[in-house]
Amino acid sequence: MQALTNRVQAVNRKPMTFLERLYLINIIKGMMITFSHMFKKQPTIRYPEEKREFSPVFRGLHVLNRDEEGRERCTACGLCAVACPAEAITMEAAERVEGEENLYREEKYAAKYEINMLRCIFCGLCEDACPKDAIYLSETFAPANYTRKGFVYAKSDLLIPNPKTEANAYAEAKGVQA
Amino acid sequence: MTILALDWGFIIEKLIMIAIVVFASLGIALYTTFGERKVAAILQDRPGPSRAGPFGLLQPLADGLKLIMKEEIIPNAASKWLFILGPGLAMTASLMTCAVIPWGSAVDVFGRHVELQIADVNIGILYVFAVVSMGVYGIMIGGWASNNKFSLMSALRAASQAISYELAMGLALIALLMTTGSLSLKTIVEQQIQGHWWNIVYQPLGFLIFFITAMAECNRTPFDLPEAENELNFGYHQEYSSMKLGFYLFAEYINMIMSSAIMATMYFGGYDLPFFNEASVAPNIAALIGVGTLLIKIVMFIFLFMWIRWTIPRFRYDQLMGLGWKTLIPLALFNMLLTGAVILAKL
Repeated sequence: MQALTNRVQAVNRKPMTFLERLYLINIIKGMMITFSHMFKKQPTIRYPEEKREFSPVFRGLHVLNRDEEGRERCTACGLCAVACPAEAITMEAAERVEGEENLYREEKYAAKYEINMLRCIFCGLCEDACPKDAIYLSETFAPANYTRKGFVYAKSDLLIPNPKTEANAYAEAKGVQA
Repeated sequence: MTILALDWGFIIEKLIMIAIVVFASLGIALYTTFGERKVAAILQDRPGPSRAGPFGLLQPLADGLKLIMKEEIIPNAASKWLFILGPGLAMTASLMTCAVIPWGSAVDVFGRHVELQIADVNIGILYVFAVVSMGVYGIMIGGWASNNKFSLMSALRAASQAISYELAMGLALIALLMTTGSLSLKTIVEQQIQGHWWNIVYQPLGFLIFFITAMAECNRTPFDLPEAENELNFGYHQEYSSMKLGFYLFAEYINMIMSSAIMATMYFGGYDLPFFNEASVAPNIAALIGVGTLLIKIVMFIFLFMWIRWTIPRFRYDQLMGLGWKTLIPLALFNMLLTGAVILAKL
């Protein structure tokens, strides 16, 4: 019969020879294979001490960014919430009043900004949608929590530390992203 | 006044010996479980337990503590006394073997000449066989008392496996006994020391059969059908928890140590260190070197057991029976006849 591909292999139906039926030789061969594995390099990464590097495109927890003077960039335009395919983002806008210029960069800001990390699929579309570079995805992933409520991250959980007042914490948060 | 004539020193000496040997075997068994996990890990390119203590050395203690702290559950439908008796019997039977193993020649302590053997019984091997076949009762009783079909199935398997392999084991040993002419383990070791060759040279086939059957007797992979995880849910262990389970698991490791010790004693010269003149050092030190040698031989056998376990998969039940009855027993008979013929030709 014409074979359809040239990868056909005939099945070997020869009865086993005496040495093969003894099994011992094959068992010793197998033992040699396992023995050789004793000297192989272990691929194990001992996690808490050693960490595997993330790929440069890794998308982790969200961070709400501030500008150089420590003012929140978010204007609560809602484009991220619209872009979000998982509908994980909710926000409430508020108007900046006199004397809050050092807190918020523009006249409108997010009074409430919540991301439900159980809904979020970490696609990064919010990051793409944001016209103000206010939200980006960091390299940390959502830690475990005891309650479902604990996974709804409020603005205080998401906001990056102020570079003016908490320079060290800000640098650290930045360093995670880099 | 025979009671007063008792040599109290002798009794104390033996009690100390028993305590040392029992606790040493328990300790070694404890660390054999650690060794098993470590060997398995290394053969599979993993680091193995490494968190508890340096290099994970405290892991067996943590495991033991865990087993002790766990809740003791006796199923309602189980027959209570047999359920408790099972693991106890398994443990006792495996520990009793160590009574006749010569751990070394003899030391002189406080002016006493102490033989490093609990009891030099002149039917040592027969005793070992009697005790080993008692070990299967532990599994059978445990499996029966659990009142669980998997456990019962496993108990039946264990019993039939033990019977089929003990036959071949006995036949392989008869050939050895024909050459040594003694059932005393001490005498067998001394013959090997004086005769320059270890018994493995005279009985290679016998050793191979003995080794395979010993593996089957210890319920080690590839003969671990009584506890086949994927078909019998751990078999006779299934209803056991806490330290009762620990006893079963422990008994298996002690069995492994004891069969390694017996193989080392009977085929590999026991406490004999080759190319070493025992007379060149003080007798006490020579005896200690002998003990160390035996321990090293035991460890090597244990490693071999583990190495095989992590290499080959389990036999099918019919293959197990076929190997026992159709291959090992005829081979052992042939070995016996061959040995007899050689002895006759030499006469």
